[in-house]
Parts: sequence; C-alpha cells; structure tokens
Amino acid sequence: MTTVVFEWRALAPVLLVLIAAVLGILVEAVVPVVHRFFAQVFLVVASIVASAAMLVANWRAGIGGPVAMGSMMLDRPTYFMWGALLVFGLLAILVFAEREVNGGVSTFAASAATVPGSRAEAEASAARLEHTEVFPLALFALGGMMVFPAASDLITMFVALEVFSLPLYLMCGMARRRRLLSQEAALKYFLLGAFSSAFFLFGVALLYGYAGSFDFSAIAAAVQNPTMGSGILIAGMALLGVGLLFKVGVVPFQSWVPDVYMGAPTPVTGFMAICTKLAAVGATLRVFYVALGGERWTWQPLLAVLVVATMVVGAVWGLTQTDIKRTLAYSSIAHAGFIMTAVVGATAGTATSPLDSLSSALFYLVVYGLASIGAFAVITLVRNNSGEANAIASWSGLGRTSPLLAGIFALFMLSFTGIPLTAGFIGKWAVFAAAWRGGYDWLVIVAVLLSLVAAVFYLRIVVVMFFGEPADGVVVGKASAFTWLPIAVSALGVAVLGVFPGPVLALATAAGTFIR
Amino acid sequence: MIPLETIDPVAATGLFSYAWLMIALPALGAFVLLGFGRYVEKSGPYLAVATIGGSFVVAMALFVQMLAAPVDQRAVSVQLYTWFTTGTWQLDVGLLVDQLSILFALLITGVGGLIHVYSLGYMAHDERKRRFFGYLNLFVAAMLTLVLADNYLVLFVGWEGVGLASYLLIGFWQYKPSAAAAAKKAFVMNRVGDLGMVLAISAMLAQFGSSAFIDVNHGAEHLAPGWTTAIGLLLLLGACGKSAQVPLQAWLLDAMEGPTPVSALIHAATMVTAGVYLVVRSHAIFDLTADARLAVVIVGTVTLLAGAWIGCSKDDIKKVLAGSTMSQIGYMMLAAGIGPAGYAFAIFHLLTHGAFKANMFLGAGSVMHGMNDDVDMRHYGALAKYLPITFWTFACGYLAIIGFPLTAGFFSKDHIIEAAFGQSALVGTLALLGAGVTAFYMTRLMLMTFGGKKRWLDGVHPHESPAVMTVPLIVLAALSLVAGAVMNWWIQEWLEPAAGNHAHEVELLPTPIGWLTMLVVAAGVFVGWWVFGRKPIPAVAPQGNVLAVAGRNELYGNAVNDTLVVKPVLGVSRAAVAADAKAFDGFVNLLANALGGLSVGGRRVQNGYVRSYALTMVLGVLLVGVVLILGLGA
Repeated sequence: MTTVVFEWRALAPVLLVLIAAVLGILVEAVVPVVHRFFAQVFLVVASIVASAAMLVANWRAGIGGPVAMGSMMLDRPTYFMWGALLVFGLLAILVFAEREVNGGVSTFAASAATVPGSRAEAEASAARLEHTEVFPLALFALGGMMVFPAASDLITMFVALEVFSLPLYLMCGMARRRRLLSQEAALKYFLLGAFSSAFFLFGVALLYGYAGSFDFSAIAAAVQNPTMGSGILIAGMALLGVGLLFKVGVVPFQSWVPDVYMGAPTPVTGFMAICTKLAAVGATLRVFYVALGGERWTWQPLLAVLVVATMVVGAVWGLTQTDIKRTLAYSSIAHAGFIMTAVVGATAGTATSPLDSLSSALFYLVVYGLASIGAFAVITLVRNNSGEANAIASWSGLGRTSPLLAGIFALFMLSFTGIPLTAGFIGKWAVFAAAWRGGYDWLVIVAVLLSLVAAVFYLRIVVVMFFGEPADGVVVGKASAFTWLPIAVSALGVAVLGVFPGPVLALATAAGTFIR
Repeated sequence: MIPLETIDPVAATGLFSYAWLMIALPALGAFVLLGFGRYVEKSGPYLAVATIGGSFVVAMALFVQMLAAPVDQRAVSVQLYTWFTTGTWQLDVGLLVDQLSILFALLITGVGGLIHVYSLGYMAHDERKRRFFGYLNLFVAAMLTLVLADNYLVLFVGWEGVGLASYLLIGFWQYKPSAAAAAKKAFVMNRVGDLGMVLAISAMLAQFGSSAFIDVNHGAEHLAPGWTTAIGLLLLLGACGKSAQVPLQAWLLDAMEGPTPVSALIHAATMVTAGVYLVVRSHAIFDLTADARLAVVIVGTVTLLAGAWIGCSKDDIKKVLAGSTMSQIGYMMLAAGIGPAGYAFAIFHLLTHGAFKANMFLGAGSVMHGMNDDVDMRHYGALAKYLPITFWTFACGYLAIIGFPLTAGFFSKDHIIEAAFGQSALVGTLALLGAGVTAFYMTRLMLMTFGGKKRWLDGVHPHESPAVMTVPLIVLAALSLVAGAVMNWWIQEWLEPAAGNHAHEVELLPTPIGWLTMLVVAAGVFVGWWVFGRKPIPAVAPQGNVLAVAGRNELYGNAVNDTLVVKPVLGVSRAAVAADAKAFDGFVNLLANALGGLSVGGRRVQNGYVRSYALTMVLGVLLVGVVLILGLGA
C-alpha cells in the first residue's frame, strides 16, 4: 500500500474552482433568493481570480512535474492552458450574469423542470424565478476542463471528460426562450456525447490491454518496445481518438455541433465554443504526442484526411446558413480543422523558428477564443421582441443603427477570416507554418483555399451589416458591464494581438513541450 | 560611382526611446476625435492642436539632443517590437531618428501645427469640424510613421495611411460631387504608384531578406545591377504617384477640392513631398543605378516644366498654386535624381518650399475667406488694401518662390539649378527656364489678386481674417524669408551621414549661374508685369493662344489618361466582362453552384435526427479504421 501524496499547492488552481462550485451548491441551499445571484457571481469571480493568482504564483515558484500520484502532469502546456481556460472561463461566465438585456432576469429558464408552454412555466416566469445553479454548473465544467488536458492517465482523463460534459448537457437545455429547441439540443448533445464516451472507454480498455497500464508514459514505453502485434494498439488508438475528436468537433464526429450551438443559450454556446475546444484540443495533443507519439506515422495521415474533411464541411456547409449562431457553429468546425493542421504537422521547434505544433495550436486557440467569446456576446445583444434575433437577415443595416457594435463584430469576423492586422492572421500563419514544416505542405494549400471559401460567409455578414437596409424591429439591447466587459476585452485582444502578438506568442512558444 | 558609407544608427537611449510619442500623440488625438466624437465635439479641435504641439515639442527636444551629439551618434534606431518572426525573416517595427527624418518631423509637426491653428479659424463654422481635425491628426500620425520608420514595410503603413487621410480630406465636403470625384481620382491614381511600392518592397524582401533601411543600405552593393535598377524604377513609380509627378500628376489639381488648410498641409508642404523623401532615403539603391537616376531626372524636369505651364494659365488661385507645387516638387525630384551631389539640395528645397508654399496656400485660404470662398482670380483685384496682413505675408512667399535674393527660395532653388547644369547643359537650361516661368506665373497671381482694380462679384465684402489665421501666416512668412539663409551653410554637412550626399563649398556671392538665374527671374517678373500689370484684367478669360488653352486644360493630362489608360482599360474590362460572362462566369458559377449544392446537400445530411447523427459517427469510425488499415498497408 503506497501512501497517498497530494500536492495541495500545485493543484490549488483546480481545487479552488471545484470548491467554489461545491460552495455554490451550498449557496443554493442556504442563501435567501434575493441574495443568491450576487453570491454566485461573487463566488465565480473570486474563485477564478484566486485560481489565476495561484497559477501565477506556482509558475513563479517553479512548481511542476507529475502531481496527484502521477495522474496529472503540471507542465508548461498545462500552465498555459489553465491560464487560458481561466481567462476565457471568466469572460464567458460573466456573460451568464447579464440580466439587463432580458428585462431584469437571466437568459436561463425560469424553471427548467417545467414543460415548455405549460401553466407552470408561465407561473415561474411571472414570479421572475431564475436558475442561479448555472454558475456552479459552469464552475464544475471549468474544473473538469482544466483536469482534462492535464490528465496523464486515461482514467483521470475519462473522469474529467464526464465532469465537464455533464454540466454542459444540462446548461444547454436551460434557455429561457425557444425552450424546445434548447431541450432538443441538450438531449442530442447528451445522447451523442454518451455514444462517444462509449467509444472513448472502449479505446481505453484496448490500450490498457496493449500496454498493461493507463499511464501515458507506460503506453509510450509499450509503443517503443512492443510486446504484441500492433492491431490492438491501432484499434485502441482509433476508438480513443473518436472520443476526443468528437469533443473537438472534427468531421465526421461534428454532427452535434450546429444543432447544439444553435439550441443552447447563447452565453453557454460562447462558453462551449472556446473552453470545450481548448480542453479537447489540449487533451488530444497530449494523448497523441505523449502516449502515442511513437506511432505518429500511423496517425498523421489519418488526422490529415479528417482535417481536410473538417475544413471542407465547416467552410462549405457554412456558406448557405441563414442563422448566425449556426454559421458560427460551422465556423467553429472549420477552425477546428485549422487548429488540427498544426497537430498533424507534429513539428518540434528549431533555434530559428521556435514555434512548434503545440505552441502554434495553443496560440491559435487563444486567438480563436477571443473572437468567439466576443462574437457570441455580441449575438446576445441583437434582439427583436421575441428575444435574440439570430437570422442573418435581421442583422441587416446594423452598421448604420449601431456602428460601434457592428464594427466590433466585423473585427471578429475579419479575425476569423484571418485578415492581416487582426489576431486571426497571426494565428493562421502560425498553425500553417507548423504544418508546412512538418511536411504537410499540401495540407496547408488546401487549408488556405478553404479559408478563402470560409471568408465568403464571414464577409457576407459584414456586408449585410454595413450595406443592407436596417431590418425592422431589431434593436441592440441595453446591456450591463457583464456583457460589455467581455466584448471590450475580446475586441481589444483581437486588435492588439494583430499588431503586437509578441508577448503571447512568446508565452505560447515557452509552453512548447509536454513532459512525458 | 562608389557608394558612400552611411553611418549605422546607434541604439536609442534616454529621450530617444520616447520618439514613438511623436506618432502616438496625434494617433491618440485621431482615435479620441473619431472614436469618441460625441464627448469632444467642442474641445476636440483644441485637443488636436495640443497633440501636434506635443509632437513638435518632442521633435524639437530630439533635434536639440542630436545637435549636441557627436556626428556618429546622431542617427538613432528605436526598436519598438517584433511584429512576428518566421524562419529567417523577422518583421520588426522600429523607428529611425536620424538627420533626415528629424528635419521631416520638425517640418510636419511645425508647419502642421501652424496649419492646425489656422484651421481653428478657417473651419470655425463647419458642422463637421471635429471630424476634420480628427482626419488631420490621423494624417500627421501617418506622415510621421512614414518618415520615422526604419524599414520599408512600416514606411508603407504610413504611406498608405497618408493616402487614406488625403482621400478622406479631399472628399471632406462630400456633398459636392466634384469633391467626391476628386477624392476617388486621387485614391485610384495613388494605387498605381502604390503598386510600384509593393513590388519594390517585395523585391527587397526577396533579395535582402529584409526591408530595413540598414539591411538595404548594406546589401545594395552586392545586388545584381538589373535588380538595383528595377527596384529604383519601382520606387520611382511609387514616388510619382504620391508626389504627383508626370505621368501620375493629374490628381493633384483636382485635390484642390479639399479645404484649403488640407491643400496647404497635405498637397503642398508634406505628403506630396514623400516621393522626394523616398528617393533620398533609398539613396543606397539610386547611387548604384545611373539608369534609374536618369529616369528620376527626366521625370523631375518634365514635371517642373509641366507644372509651371499649368500654373501660367489657370484662373483658379488654388490650381495655380497646385501647378506650382507640382513644378517645385519637380525641382526636388530633379535634384534627388542627380545623385550624391543633389540629395541635400532636394531636401533643402523641400523644407523651404514646405514653409513658403504652406504660407501661400494659407494666404489663398485667407483671401477666399474674405471673398465668400470664390477661387477665381478674375473676381479678385485690389485686395492688397483690404487684406493687408494677407497681402504682406503672401508677398513674402512670393519673393521666396521666385528666388528673390536672400529669401528662402533663392538659396535652395539656386543650388538645384547649379547642380542641374552640373548634370547636363540641357537639364540645367530647362531648370533655368522653369525659374523664369515660375517668376512669370507668380507675378501674374500677385497682380491679379492683390493689384489692379476691383473686379469683385456683387455682395462681396473682403475683410481681413481673424488673428488665429493671420498669426500662422506671419510665422510662415518669416520662415519664407529667413529659412534659406539659416540652413544654407549647414544643411549639406548635417545631412551627409544620412543622405550620403557630397558636401561642397557654398559661396555667399552667387556664381555666374546664380547671376544668370536672377536675370531670368527678373525677366519673368517683367514679362508678368508687362502682360498683366499694365492694363485691366478682363473678368472673363480671353480666348487665349494654343499654349494657354493647353495649360488651362492641364496639358490634357486627363485626356491623356482617358485615351491611354481609361479607355483601353475600359475596353479591356468590357472584353474581360464579355469573356467573363461567357467563359469564366460559367466556371465560377459552376464552382459556386457546386459549393452551394454541396452546402445544401450537407444541410440535408444535417437533418436533425440523432439516430442519423449516430449513424454518421459509426460510419466515421469505419472510415477511421479503413484509413488506418490503408496507412498500415502503405
């Protein structure tokens, strides 16, 4: 029997978030209704800020290496991803707290348990009830997302996967408006998520059978010195990969993305769009680079094929969308493809070009995350009398009626497109360069062509906003700082990283290697 | 020719590390004025003036420090940050504060500041005053970026920035169709020049692996002669566009649609001289290629004559001045094209011209202010009595531009004519002729505006402008008189390390060519008086001879453009449209339809049923398996 060693300080950033989530549940039980909202928001902000402070302190103290008895790895990529998750998590959850735009209540269902259209629902609405449980749910999800890419054995990774998925399923179904759509999205997400978890678990089992261990380092060692035929390894890798790529949103495991992004309450979509993607790409990178790095010649062509399919589906199917959230969902699929080009390249840095696959993917995630959070926050503001006006047609003429908001949204679109002097350009350039150096020059050419196709739908939105006649009955809701702050931070980030990417690029470069 | 060793800049310390403030202040001003307009509707213009003032103070402080520093410590490079690095390329954003750029910074912030102050009065009653000042600030920030950049890429950012500001300001009174059209014309014609810039910069990146001045200067020697000539000619194309040199000159006259302070600042004193700056800054390239230098000389000489010709025949006071600007920039180009013997003179004339031309443009603005915005000189006359300050200050500018002894233009233009004779007798004679014509048309302008009898339209009551407009005029008039004498014995030596020019002795007493120039100028003035001073000027332009008609029509520049460029381009584009509709459209539409079809097909797959989504996933797993097995087989 080994003694249990637990590095409290090293794990404090995760623990603080999870403890705050538990406290949040307690708040629901003991704090009077009128104070709950404030208490929950306070808990979110305080815990994330404290966690980030702890993260920085740990970094400066040089804490790192395997923690929690080797089930998690606190290396530089982990630090970077935790930092990014905390920042994006805070910005995204702040949007949850917006009430002004919706007439004084949050965008979440008054009482999620009531049947849509029933009298109970009407009563709950009339009583101005709110589900403040979304805040602890979001914190649980955030905690799980932090563990997911840091996990260094398959069991921890699976537990983390479920920890962050379950709250997301729930939150997806809690929209105040268009509840049927929202509940349908939640159910779909749940069913398909469960399905993909099954693949994941099956892959875990096969890999355990191959390596005799759940540990990434042990799996890597087994790949180097095989004791049996590679069939079971390949099968395990494929099934595990399916589970991971489902969360990233890579074709052909992307079907859930458009429906869920569209149905979920928009703040939740914003949260999912970046935080889930960040955690999932991080975990994919760790599994494929650390555990399965020895098999890269096997998985690189496979990923290359899937990446091309992903970019095609994202860019081409996005062309004919008429709903802005759905368009951004396809955009998110296309961007998953762009990020994965770097993963396919699997290059290490050199002295002259220190940016490797891992750091360029991380940088891209930051860039994509800024624009995503900002864009979804803007979407919550453009409204008509039935709630958010999500049809692209109703965004027509927004540039005339609300030039500032339309200008900011256009900035995000330009960054998604990858126009120079926005952050998106630097991000695209980084991932494409990584893929090119990894010998996947054809993939880069395909990716550039498909980003041209994708540019069509981004620019179409800009054109509609600035050159169309203003649509009837569409207004920009008056919002509080809970929405404006994330929008302002994202817009500033996108603009600044476009001309001044140096520090963040350096940070990502410094985060360039996993510890095995 | 042996290229001269230019001194490498030293790293910035102390005050120099704050050189970016010069750009940041007006940029901040533009941001506040244009972005937060509602809050600064009243105070905005004053804020704009203050930011330029701040920039001027910084520029002055740096200049004084530079004067105090030993020669090899004067050029300072200020590294700001790295935009990004890729392989062997590193794209840095940095500033170069050296003897050349600091003079420009002083000119831009000094004259620019005076013009800002003047605009407080000139634009006082304009509803969109705040926006106007925002654009002006934007212009100054971009222009400073252009001259302070330490590499061609950042220079190009400024280059495009001033183009944008120029476009916005020419078309500032956009309700006038002529202004909107002029803005568009300037923009389009500048694109042609910019194409040259882009190609030149690309060639540099390809050949030197960098666009930094220091790398280009060092690398130029090792470049194949074909490349140096190509880069030189491409840079010249860029310079022609921005500086309104033949054949890209036609936009400048139309640009006078902008408010007069804009004409003074952008289309006389600063932006249009950027081409000269570019040539001098690229001296390492031009030193090595006699062919490109010859092209510069030809462009300069042709333009100086064409501009002067146009100046002789226009009745619109601003267009006379615009023609004159073209002509004077032609002189600068000519000097720059002569090579090391001329660089310093080009910059010298650029600086004095910046002062006296701004002076005259603002003077013209002051006249228009008093004459209900009428620009036709045939409606002026006898204004000297009614606008005394404007008259006297304008007269100072007049003396300076014709080269009256000891005024600013006397020194600077004289050097150029002498250097031109050093190049060849033909070029020298043409430059000399230009000086005579200059004297002629400027005398004409003076006599038609300030002399003779009243030819005012009904209801016009000329009045002197307020102090906020006349004080800048007085300052500029003083500069027009003394700037030449101040810099004459100093500027060559000062610029030598930066511009790589040969300094040579300057005599106070004019050389024989100097005497000859004075004679020609006196003849020009006399002819001007003979034609326009003795008898009343008709209120309607007479028929005129062939030459005058050609000049009035801007030497048919627009017709030439129309026949040589617009019509063929239209023809080609019609043909292209036809071909496009028949051949390419078919293909593109096919592609678009195919993508659209694929897209719609895709939406059908996305049918909303979880069961089919799950099925897709299973198929996906099969696909993954197949690919992996195929991969193993290979």
